Amino acid sequence: MRFIFKTDYDQDIRLFKHGGTKFWYGLLALLLVAMPWLVGEDMRDYYLAQLGFIWIYSIIGLGLMLLTGFTGQVSLGHAAFLAVGAYTEAILQKHGWPFGASLTAAFVLSGVAGIVIGLPALRVKGIYLAIATQAFGFIVEEILARWDSVTGGNEGLHLEHIDFFGFPIASEADFYFLSLGLLCVVLIGTVNLMRSPTGRALVAIRDSEISAQSMGINLARYKTVAFALSAAITGVAGALYAHKLQFISPEQFSALVSIQLLMIIFIGGIGSFHGAIFGAIFVISLPEAISAAKDWLPPSIGGQPGLEPTIFGLILVLFILFEPLGIYGRWLKVRTYFSLFPFYRRAMFKRQKAYMKSERLR
Amino acid sequence: MLNQLLQLALSGVAVGCVYGLIALGFVLIYKATETVNFAQGDMMMVGAFAALTFTEILGFPFWLGVPAAILAMGLFGMLIEKAVLSPILGQPAFSIVMVTIGLGTVLRGVVSMVPGWGTDTHALATPYSGQVVNFGEVVLSIEQLTIIADTAALCLVLYLFFRFTRIGVAMQATSQNQLAAYYMGIPVRRINMLIWGISAAVAAFAGVLLAPITFVHANMGFVGLKAFPAAVVGGFGSVPGAIVGGLIIGLVESFAGFYLPEGFKDIMAYIVVLLVLVLRPSGLFGETRNKKV
Amino acid sequence: MSAAALLSAEHISIRFGGVVAVDNVSFEVKAGDVYTIIGPNGAGKTTIFNLISQIYALSTGRIAFDGIDLAGVRPHRVAALGIARTFQNIELFEHATVLHNLLIGRHAHAEAMLWQEILFTPAQRRMELEHREKVERVIDFLDLQHYRDSLVAGLPYGVRKVVELGRALCVEPRLLLLDEPSSGLNVEETDDMAFWIDDIKNEFGITVLMVEHDMNLVTRVSDRVLALNYGKAMAEGTPAEVQSHPAVIEAYLGT
Repeated sequence: MRFIFKTDYDQDIRLFKHGGTKFWYGLLALLLVAMPWLVGEDMRDYYLAQLGFIWIYSIIGLGLMLLTGFTGQVSLGHAAFLAVGAYTEAILQKHGWPFGASLTAAFVLSGVAGIVIGLPALRVKGIYLAIATQAFGFIVEEILARWDSVTGGNEGLHLEHIDFFGFPIASEADFYFLSLGLLCVVLIGTVNLMRSPTGRALVAIRDSEISAQSMGINLARYKTVAFALSAAITGVAGALYAHKLQFISPEQFSALVSIQLLMIIFIGGIGSFHGAIFGAIFVISLPEAISAAKDWLPPSIGGQPGLEPTIFGLILVLFILFEPLGIYGRWLKVRTYFSLFPFYRRAMFKRQKAYMKSERLR
Repeated sequence: MLNQLLQLALSGVAVGCVYGLIALGFVLIYKATETVNFAQGDMMMVGAFAALTFTEILGFPFWLGVPAAILAMGLFGMLIEKAVLSPILGQPAFSIVMVTIGLGTVLRGVVSMVPGWGTDTHALATPYSGQVVNFGEVVLSIEQLTIIADTAALCLVLYLFFRFTRIGVAMQATSQNQLAAYYMGIPVRRINMLIWGISAAVAAFAGVLLAPITFVHANMGFVGLKAFPAAVVGGFGSVPGAIVGGLIIGLVESFAGFYLPEGFKDIMAYIVVLLVLVLRPSGLFGETRNKKV
Repeated sequence: MSAAALLSAEHISIRFGGVVAVDNVSFEVKAGDVYTIIGPNGAGKTTIFNLISQIYALSTGRIAFDGIDLAGVRPHRVAALGIARTFQNIELFEHATVLHNLLIGRHAHAEAMLWQEILFTPAQRRMELEHREKVERVIDFLDLQHYRDSLVAGLPYGVRKVVELGRALCVEPRLLLLDEPSSGLNVEETDDMAFWIDDIKNEFGITVLMVEHDMNLVTRVSDRVLALNYGKAMAEGTPAEVQSHPAVIEAYLGT
């Protein structure tokens, strides 16, 4: 068991609370940086490509976690922000903008989209907000498909390799480091935000709007901030995403994608930073695992295109039924088990029997 | 000109009836358990496939196979409630929404894997497909008339059912304060199960009505997404509102498809719902209630 | 409005449809006093709180805080003016720790500047530590050390009421609105509450406006009392005066 002897308030604020955390995260950082050299030559591109996707999805996860996990605003159309970022990047690159500028533009434009889509949030809550965001998602998708002159419609857009301030991002390893770097920036920014007054205000809005107001929190301002930041972060991920695939079209940003994004934060563990990353790992790894397992399954099941969504849906339902804290929740329980050994009791994390409280009267 | 308008109106009303029925299905669930069932459209899809199975594959006559399918779906709905929804009641609304989304995904996936159903598009043969009746200059399709008539009939049945049984009041109680409903001796779990059963049956009914228009395939549930705008327009939590909302959305879509540029028809429902949410969030028949602190 | 009045309500009323919840009520709360509103349930007491907090808007009349008319003040600006409140049915942030809840109470004094926060500059760090110091003083005052890092969701009712009080104190208000501070508390906890209210008044100099049912507590801590019934004022004066008023005895206290 570890006892942390606190002598300073600063220790509570610090990112790494004690030596042990620093050590493990340091090791992780080392591992990630060394990854391209640790993996075998032949599988390198494959692994680095997958990891690259994980970083991108982690950034999206953080963006969505900020909005839905921390501020409690359900966003069923989040793929729209991904699309704004991706298309901004694609279109601006075509016009010769340097990567730094186009990425900033993607950040800003997605943020603006977030503010626009967040406007209903200032007036409606809960399920109505979910439906409003879903409606926006559909409208954006349709605009992307119809506005041929700018977006190329259903034909889509192609992208060139990134030119990162003179350094071409051409190989998988290059892209791996770029997205990892951006993920770190977004992660640190988000963590800093959440340990500050704004972050606390967002959580307050999630838990009780009325008392948040009584504490001086301007609901409209902070909801807008949440939407804007969340969308902007997702837009950055969208720009990276566009470059990774080197081709984008409206159907990559459909309602089904929005659902997939929600699965990231939900299965990962809602309300935590780790959850975003675990969720991303899960969402990227599962299809690979299914493909690998297909060799063992009879072709009647394995050969079906419907297998993947079935398993995703099933896992989502099972998680909600049995592990609502997500992968991160399970991780915490395991870690607590080992750190408290042999004093761990299952009842420590037992859910209180809850009765449905009417959300309409919230 | 009038002919044209009438045609558009009729097809709008017909499609609107289907939207309304799907919306009705999840307004029922919402009123009882404050759960929004995002899988309602997919349950409609499964209902259509069930009807297909009973009539085409198993060879039952239409008037036997369809009610059997609806009944089967009712039982399926109750089963889903018992297995999946009941254990998580009391968790935050967002979790429950995610469960229904997951459910819908599983239904779509599984249906596409069932042999005989798969990813193909099937036609459901109905006694009234393809026929038309001439009303002077206006040509009306029997399909559309049937949809409208059947919807009206079902609404009447449901109205009588909820007005003259104790279930309606019990539903209200459980949706507002579940703990208190328990204390009052209301069999909350059974009521919830029953509501899901009825909802699923209504969804199946809608599926059968829709089948001649969109044909039966694994993705036909996406039509159900338009039912959300319908429910919002009518006022979430209002049963007549669901139907009225559906009709409005259906009509708006129909006219938009003709008079507005291409692409508007598909998103008209969503533009309407955004307008409603900005101007009058409680919809036509809904109520706004503020929490007393 | 007299010189030392911190809060004055002049002929305030509000109607909800056909129901007049508060009917032509006037009162003044002097700075440094503990002013209690009593009355049967449904008399409009919490409604008055909601009117002060700008959750509801007045139908007629005027509420002034330190001379400033509160009409048109947005709900979230009320805390910045120096008014904090607790809620009858406890509106804490359930999924956060007690410390977190109290820190949110500091929000009215926190200049939240996005870029400074995202970069977590040394200035930001300093501000965070200052807020923490202030919160710790409240924790000390209310003896909440034991619960500092516990999630609110698992805490017993009595502790939550104290946390709610603490959160309001973190706002560093000039006027504290306490809505039934002793409801649901046992004798010992109510005793603690009485001492705290005394300290809040004497040590911190905070004016307290309270809604209460427990007449012992009322008599013990209040300077003045207002009795309401069906939204109308019945009697106003010192606790002794109001307690012996015939209308109050008939409507509310009993013999």
